Amino acid sequence: MNFITIDKKDWAGGIDKSRKTFQVFGPVQDENGCQIKPLAPDLYPLMDAGVTTVMSPKSVLFPQTEKMLTATLDASHEDHHVMKPVEKADTPRAVLGIRPYDARAIQLVKLNFDNPDYQDPYWCGACAATTFVGLGVNRPGPCDFSTSTGCGPFSEEGLDVLLADLDDRYLAKILTQKGETWAAACGFDTKADAAESQALFDILKKEAEKNITASVDTDRLSEKSLLDLHEAPFWEDVAFSCINCGTCTYVCPTCWCFDIQDETKHKTATRFRNWDTCMSPLFTHHASGHNPRESKVQRVRQRFMHKLKYFVDKYDQGIMCVGCGRCVASCPVNIDIREVCKTMNNYEKE
Amino acid sequence: MDTCIEKIRTICADLLAKGEVQKVIGFAEGSIPMASRPIAVTAKADVEKLVFNSFCGLNLANYVADGLPKEGKIAVLAKGCDSRNLVTHMVENQVSRDQLYIIGIPCTGMVDKRKIAALFEDDITDFSEAGDTLTIVSPQKKETVSKKEMLRHNCRMCTHRNPVVFDVMAAEPVEEQTLDQPFADVDRIAAMDPDERWAHFQELTKNCIRCYACRNACPLCYCPTCFVDESAPQWVGKGQDKTDINTFHFLRAFHCAGRCTDCGACVEACPMGINVRDFTRKLNKDALELFGWEAGMDMEKRPPLDVYSPDDPDDFIK
Amino acid sequence: MENPYVPYPVRIDDIEVATEDKSLKTFTFVFLNPGDEEKFAYKAGQFAELSIPGVGEIPIGIASSPVEKGFVKFTVFRTGVVTSHLHNMKKGDIMGIRGPLGNWYPWEDLENKNVVIIGGGFAFTTLRSSIVYMLDPANRSKFKNIDVIYGARSPGMLLYREELFDWEKRDDINMHITVDGTDDPDWKYHTGFVPQVVEQNAPAADADTFAIVCGPPIMIKFTQPALTKLGFQEDQIIMSLENRMKCGIGMCGRCNIGKELVCKDGPVFTLEQINRTPKEY
Repeated sequence: MNFITIDKKDWAGGIDKSRKTFQVFGPVQDENGCQIKPLAPDLYPLMDAGVTTVMSPKSVLFPQTEKMLTATLDASHEDHHVMKPVEKADTPRAVLGIRPYDARAIQLVKLNFDNPDYQDPYWCGACAATTFVGLGVNRPGPCDFSTSTGCGPFSEEGLDVLLADLDDRYLAKILTQKGETWAAACGFDTKADAAESQALFDILKKEAEKNITASVDTDRLSEKSLLDLHEAPFWEDVAFSCINCGTCTYVCPTCWCFDIQDETKHKTATRFRNWDTCMSPLFTHHASGHNPRESKVQRVRQRFMHKLKYFVDKYDQGIMCVGCGRCVASCPVNIDIREVCKTMNNYEKE
Repeated sequence: MDTCIEKIRTICADLLAKGEVQKVIGFAEGSIPMASRPIAVTAKADVEKLVFNSFCGLNLANYVADGLPKEGKIAVLAKGCDSRNLVTHMVENQVSRDQLYIIGIPCTGMVDKRKIAALFEDDITDFSEAGDTLTIVSPQKKETVSKKEMLRHNCRMCTHRNPVVFDVMAAEPVEEQTLDQPFADVDRIAAMDPDERWAHFQELTKNCIRCYACRNACPLCYCPTCFVDESAPQWVGKGQDKTDINTFHFLRAFHCAGRCTDCGACVEACPMGINVRDFTRKLNKDALELFGWEAGMDMEKRPPLDVYSPDDPDDFIK
Repeated sequence: MENPYVPYPVRIDDIEVATEDKSLKTFTFVFLNPGDEEKFAYKAGQFAELSIPGVGEIPIGIASSPVEKGFVKFTVFRTGVVTSHLHNMKKGDIMGIRGPLGNWYPWEDLENKNVVIIGGGFAFTTLRSSIVYMLDPANRSKFKNIDVIYGARSPGMLLYREELFDWEKRDDINMHITVDGTDDPDWKYHTGFVPQVVEQNAPAADADTFAIVCGPPIMIKFTQPALTKLGFQEDQIIMSLENRMKCGIGMCGRCNIGKELVCKDGPVFTLEQINRTPKEY
């Protein structure tokens, strides 16, 4: 494993160098909070792991609105009404300052978009073109429960580079070939001693994990009966305050559900996809009017059952949650997934 | 503020024990600092879960129309603004007066959580209040601030802090404030030239993620199918095209025109903290100036866009 | 990487009004690119997404049978934005088809077995595909007895009427056609709801008999007990479910019932599998 020291004085210059080959994304503070944005030439990422972004970086691979296919409706064209894929540039991109839990989330989402039966070319193309440069979280916030979900503040899963913030410099652990390419494009080449660096990472990881105050138990979820959990009496209470907006699903890095819509403008038809939310009454609404999840309780239950049970049973990769705490922080009515997980994990049918 | 929580709990325990109401809709303590959570209490023993403090900024009238039992009453805690929304619900036939037991709470305002969070560089771990004094703690520091300094904008502009309809009041009425410039924020935008004003609204909604938290937190938005969800015909696209985002916000504001009580639940709910009141406040001002109308003050009258009167200022109708 | 969202371009070759109230039409499609028909090779029980550019897509069971070459057929009920648009289209119009999607009726397990096919209303589409497949000379000997119980509200609402009457005349298939009611004095088949006709006419179950059931929720609700009475076990009852779908390939997440995705793990499930899922369909 290669380790590189990056003097913070050289950071901005390195990013600028990399802009020749990479489209750069990173956290930027604005009036509405910290957002992941494409970084214009004079913009640099906020490298403060203590500030959680409102939205996750999933939008870099999976934009909220994404064109998929187009067709011309002009009958004079030979190919009229034949839908063709929209050409995607898939230029290399680098997401800087990503939290380790967000990198794990991308690996979980990959199970959906890249599987033996079907591969989603838009998501997969974007993923292959993206280099993830993570920043270890030295001071996890009160909503961070990532150590309970199979990752943690210094987890390496899904990252190409992991940076440790050492006040005046970053210590970079290069994890993959993509990471090497990125570091080279920035001109970051000051090698650091491997053994010493790894030891430092181990210390920082331990310290950071000690600072995690929030946790959830998930150990008994897989042994519970799916139907028993589904029929459990606590869902009415859990669901009461929910207003069925899409906040939790949109801020969540592991939520991937989408809607497909067609729009026509003049003689061009476009098929695109938008993020969608299982919280919406329309999500499962049949054209006949029948709706399997007509009531709010059914929809709230679906969200937690999917994240904490269906996914567990289907993929055997733990829960469909990386403990980022965004839904907890953003939910307008303070529905807390940690509390629901505890209730489910402890549930015994009477 | 006299959070009057003991009185609230006593009233609720009594109502539930006597079977006068089937449930009480109120707030419970949140799981993170500065959060509260709407709750429905049905058992007398659970009234201890009820709280009332300076971050009960959502509008409980939002939970009333859906939560009605076929027979009997439900109780609901109502601040000044919430009570006006209950009046609107009654005038609009969403609920009848005899289905509700309204526990009125005179309110000195709710705090702006984002303004408070901005005082800190790290995450807040504790919050407590005593009267006008707020004490907020994070790993890095402790701050003591005046609640008045930290009020939400709509609370600073509030002229109806006392409930306008109630079955019982949980505390003594508070003094209403008079404002010199009740619509200074609206005037500022109105004074912009069209390009500036357009830019203002584009900037305002640049981070909107169409989560509809604003719409769903609003007690006025109870349409079985919202206009953005219609498919035949489809009025609004579902994507992030700026035109569609604008259409949603502007049109929703118009649907609330003459009905909005400026309770601020929309801004409170927004995960981005977008001040969507910039859309509705102008219409509130228009309702006042053109029709002498404030929403939810009169159980006998329907909102101005619902009715025609020969005294309407516009001539074109004549 | 193949793009599973791109439909095969097709041309509408024929449109038939399928029911007397015109709410259903049977569309025959021909693939524009000769190689696409082979790529679309499907099995009875599968569905496809019919795609109209600029309007949308709808998941519809394939009514034609794998043994029928040169075209594919779908019978579509007009109920929403896309189906209404489709009903207004004409012969020669170009659109798209994505598929084949989903799993199929378990043809390997059904070999050397008796098959009882039960259908109601316009859910008969994939059942037509199945019957034509089984009756094909190349396949008939693979199956033992074939019984079919199919009902609709009235004679004019039965799908594929001419074919039904033709099959009724054959001796290698037992047809029990029924209608809820009719004032046609020449109606020579059954009158009565499907569950009743099942109880009275379906063969009793044994280890070698399977039932394939496809119909509206209300029909399924009352047919199930009838089958249980006849001795069918839960793993001998095969059903095809519907759900709201968009991608059809198990990615958009909306058609799930528990951890099963109706578009990918289904739409064909045994009753035993369905009973292990939450009742959210």
